[in-house]
Amino acid sequence: MTPLAVTAYTATSAMGSGLAAQLDALEHARSGLRPNDISSAPLACWVGRVDGVEGIALPAAFGAWDCRNNRLAWLGLNQDGFLERVHAARTRYGADRVALLLGTSTASIGATEEAYRRLDADGGFADDMLRPAIHAPHSLAAFVAAALELEGPCLTVSTACSSSAKVFASAERMIRLGLVDAAVVGGVDTLCDSVLFGFNALELVSPEPCRPFDAARNGISIGEAAGFALLERIEAAADAPRLLGYGEASDAHHMSTPHPDGLGAELALNDALARGGLDAARVDYINLHGTASQKNDEVEAALVGRVFPARTRASSTKGFTGHTLGAAGIVEATIALQAIEHGLVPGNLGGDTPDPICGAHFAWCNERQRVDVALSNSFGFGGNNACLAFARAGFAA
Amino acid sequence: MSMLRVHVEGVGLWSPQLADFAALRALLAGATAPAPSPRPAAATLPPNERRRAPESVLLAIEAAGQAVAMSGRDAAALACVFASAHGDQAITDYMCATLARSPAELSPTRFHNSVHNAAVGYWTIATGCHAPSTAICAQRASFGAALLEAASQALAEQRAVLLVCSDTTGSGPLAEVTGCAQAFGCALVLAPQAGPATLARLDLQLGTAPADAPLPEPLQGWRAGNPSAASLPLLALLAGAGGHCELPVAATLGLRIDMENVA
Repeated sequence: MTPLAVTAYTATSAMGSGLAAQLDALEHARSGLRPNDISSAPLACWVGRVDGVEGIALPAAFGAWDCRNNRLAWLGLNQDGFLERVHAARTRYGADRVALLLGTSTASIGATEEAYRRLDADGGFADDMLRPAIHAPHSLAAFVAAALELEGPCLTVSTACSSSAKVFASAERMIRLGLVDAAVVGGVDTLCDSVLFGFNALELVSPEPCRPFDAARNGISIGEAAGFALLERIEAAADAPRLLGYGEASDAHHMSTPHPDGLGAELALNDALARGGLDAARVDYINLHGTASQKNDEVEAALVGRVFPARTRASSTKGFTGHTLGAAGIVEATIALQAIEHGLVPGNLGGDTPDPICGAHFAWCNERQRVDVALSNSFGFGGNNACLAFARAGFAA
Repeated sequence: MSMLRVHVEGVGLWSPQLADFAALRALLAGATAPAPSPRPAAATLPPNERRRAPESVLLAIEAAGQAVAMSGRDAAALACVFASAHGDQAITDYMCATLARSPAELSPTRFHNSVHNAAVGYWTIATGCHAPSTAICAQRASFGAALLEAASQALAEQRAVLLVCSDTTGSGPLAEVTGCAQAFGCALVLAPQAGPATLARLDLQLGTAPADAPLPEPLQGWRAGNPSAASLPLLALLAGAGGHCELPVAATLGLRIDMENVA
């Protein structure tokens, strides 16, 4: 495919707000995980909570959108000059020529949970919770479209933990077909009871900070995050890093367990490499999905060993952020982009006793090297797989 | 502005009043369509899955199965775009009620069925489909946004795409805010090129957000009770002799659809 320019990007997670905080946490191997202090009832686990979300105030005109998820979205949009970059694109192309495509797993269901915790005496929502727009999965994208004053195609992708990776694919297709000239992509998910107690019910939550690819890993840590990127044609910004390719595929295996042979993950990977015109040997770094669940890491480590030469570096960054679910794709895409920009292969935090299934590819500690091409893997419930390929400006495959 | 031309090869439809697309045709022709069984049959699912699957999954899979059967395509080869404005409202209601009362009792099965892509997940598993699949929403513009996404995939990837849009009735206190009064699901198989199975050609063009397109008399009022029923102006065109309609694809954006019968 014709590459696209990533002309702006930003991320806010437990590592901190904005790219400088993220880079600092990565460089100092500083995890953002902490003991769970957010669920409405006690649950012994660790979470990747973003500081200060409670104190965020949405602009007065957007008060009806107020909820934790939209506050985190607003906090994220206000980092790294991202709002200004979107405003400039809107001015350049027109509000109806910029798409807004966001991924989320749970959107603002935390607000619906709250409404159920304090129903009126008659069993209905309290008056202040009678805001239909925040009790729907499109809440995030509808709020961000209003806040950014964008009038182009606007949709929410909700394929669990691959959501905010897949929006890059939708954006590329819309730009290629000439429907729009630019796209804001990204995703936001916030900590809430649904995911904490839901993953706990599935016995997938670790009582400790998660340890991706560690031999003794025992489950995931859940986090929250907001991330965004602006995609334009490369003519608009020859010096910007590039989206080189993407791949999407389905496991057709099980709702909450990956295909044992990583079939869908490999199809998505091959699709991304093919679109990017890439041989696997050209890939310098892979940000793995690496949730620290037994099954995911086993299948993914085998895939890396099967496809890539040992010089390709691989790591999971879930030990820094926790698994940010529908926001994981965009957060890890920004880490892949920072790897290219700063020549930093982030270490696989928490993998202190590497599982023997992991080959020589794994970067257990930070490594400094030039990164021209970086991939990001994202897999979701329902056997939904996505892989993104990014490259340095001017990279020729 | 770019125009997208796609070809319809199959149509699926289920509501408590209409068992399939033929029933809609009959209704619009002035006949009385026999009411379907109380639950969508969803025959594509293996019997075990059908017993366990939530209503939202049965509804989406029933519409999908009808459209794919009409197209004659192999379901395993179709990319999938499944849309729903509200996802599984019964599960959302169950989860929020359980979390408010006794969070540790949350059912793991209901939780994994709560993901917005549960229906397309079950569909790809049942049909052995390894093609890309997605699940999207856009409030009352969900059908229009899904049509734009599916048409984009059909043309950009040059492959046939299964589009499904469905919403169930609201449950519990949540029903007051979703306003879903009855189930409605529909599906289209879209292809980039005309072929022997082509029923109709659609030319799609983005424009300003439309007012609600008028609906033929027997369908009046259906749209109010279910966001997926926003598809009805197009379904009515497909059931008739062609023409055009406009559907919302976003809060401030519409899609003009010019439809021409091919079959």
